[in-house]
Amino acid sequence: MDILVESLSKKYGAQRAVDNISFQIKRGEIIGFLGPNGAGKTTTMKIITCFMAPTEGDVKIGDHSIRENPERVKQLIGYLPEHNPLYLDMPVIDYLKFVAQLQGVKKNMVEQRIREMVAKCGLNAEKHKKIGELSKGFRQRVGLAQAMIHNPEILILDEPTTGLDPNQIVEIRNLIRELGKEKTVILSTHILPEVEATCTRIMIINKGKIVADGSSATLRKQAQGQEILKVKIEDESDRNLIYASLRSIDTVSLVDFLSANENVFEVQSKPGLSSRRNIFEMCIKNKWVLTELSGIETRLEDIFRNLTMN
Amino acid sequence: MKQIWIITKKELQSFFDSLIAYIMLIAFLGFSGFFTWLYGSDVFLRGQADLQVFFAIAYWTLFFFVPALTMKMLAEENKTGTIELLLTKAVSDWQVVVGKFLSCLLLVIIALVLSLPYYFTVWKLGPIDHSAVWCGYLGLILMSATYISIGIFTSSITSNQIVAFLLALFIGMFFHIIFDVMSNSFTGMTGEIFSYLSLSTHYESITRGVIDTKDLIYFLTVIFIGLLLSEISISKRNIAG
Repeated sequence: MDILVESLSKKYGAQRAVDNISFQIKRGEIIGFLGPNGAGKTTTMKIITCFMAPTEGDVKIGDHSIRENPERVKQLIGYLPEHNPLYLDMPVIDYLKFVAQLQGVKKNMVEQRIREMVAKCGLNAEKHKKIGELSKGFRQRVGLAQAMIHNPEILILDEPTTGLDPNQIVEIRNLIRELGKEKTVILSTHILPEVEATCTRIMIINKGKIVADGSSATLRKQAQGQEILKVKIEDESDRNLIYASLRSIDTVSLVDFLSANENVFEVQSKPGLSSRRNIFEMCIKNKWVLTELSGIETRLEDIFRNLTMN
Repeated sequence: MKQIWIITKKELQSFFDSLIAYIMLIAFLGFSGFFTWLYGSDVFLRGQADLQVFFAIAYWTLFFFVPALTMKMLAEENKTGTIELLLTKAVSDWQVVVGKFLSCLLLVIIALVLSLPYYFTVWKLGPIDHSAVWCGYLGLILMSATYISIGIFTSSITSNQIVAFLLALFIGMFFHIIFDVMSNSFTGMTGEIFSYLSLSTHYESITRGVIDTKDLIYFLTVIFIGLLLSEISISKRNIAG
């Protein structure tokens, strides 16, 4: 089911936490919400999940608007809030049953859904314990299980992997990817590699506005503009000679030493041009051995920093 | 309706899981039983087959017990943040409030049902005015419902259970005695207004064995206002965040 966000704003007093943002998410997309603390990620999620009403604008889940039919919208969404609040004095099974009933899972399906979720989230050994007795990682699993119990069309996860160990993180990411094939997933996180590992589309929010939107490849391209290459040449003792030759190539704008004792250089091309062929031909001409010629990608961290630090 | 019942069931279950229910039942039955049968102007001393003492004691014990039941209802959800999880499920704010209200009311009704053996025993001892007893029970239920709705409201405006408890007692105190005292010290219109506002006036009129629609309207109005204010207080997040 599609999510359509139309010129959404949320004001806290005079401060605009979310400032007139619009976007559309199609079924089958996994969206990564990125942004510094206080950028408006959580507020946007709270509005989509009908916990808060927006000051202006509307969100439509399929044909249902959060303003007109919040109960139906809430039924379509599985939500894992930030900090994962849970009823600590309830046993896991009872809690899942409670949520399943509230979310309108059919009576004869409740047991089966609980069994499936317990298996999927690896809660089998803990299912009769009270939630308060569980460790943080297991509580996080309970949070995920309750979000998915009614097999929602849309999953909204606010920092889903906090508190999990590396193995669990991989499991959860796989789970999210698998779910993302047939459902729409929005997840927010501070962990940038996580976004690259799981999301098909990245949205960076800063000060309540969307500053970047696209796949990690598109974002890189936008941020990069120029080609940056790593060049390694062996069997030549005069580094300055190589440096000078690289500089003399007419598509190259900048050359830099990357290593103190090896012949490794960072070569930046002029905008819109590629220097790969020229570098290769230069090496043939000089009979140098070219052992490495690879593109340096802008890291997501750099893109993130560029867009959100100002 | 189904959603309300699911919440009611869950809250009732958590009363019994957390021992609150057992403590409340034992304390309530213990207190009222002690004064009905053993101490003070008990049934044997008065030599009358009625439950006057029981109702008089229950009137006060419930007044103190009800805020203890309601204080955590929303205050704890506010504090731990589970309110967010609950309200993003397919329920409305109103259903949450009513569900919690009913769970407290059901617990009080369970306590009152368990006190029925007192009634049957007294009945065995001598002729008893049945309608007075049933009206007395109805009065207690209505009174508890009123304080539950006030208690849920005070619980909804804070994330501190103690504040919710004390505030519920404070507001309850006005309905319980202060309005009554005021009505006695004023004459004319003012006195009548206070007398109408006083819960004890309406409670007494019901326990006398007369069920007047005026009294029912009074209780239902206060209950409804309490629940409405609770709902408004929960949905305030939409404005202030």
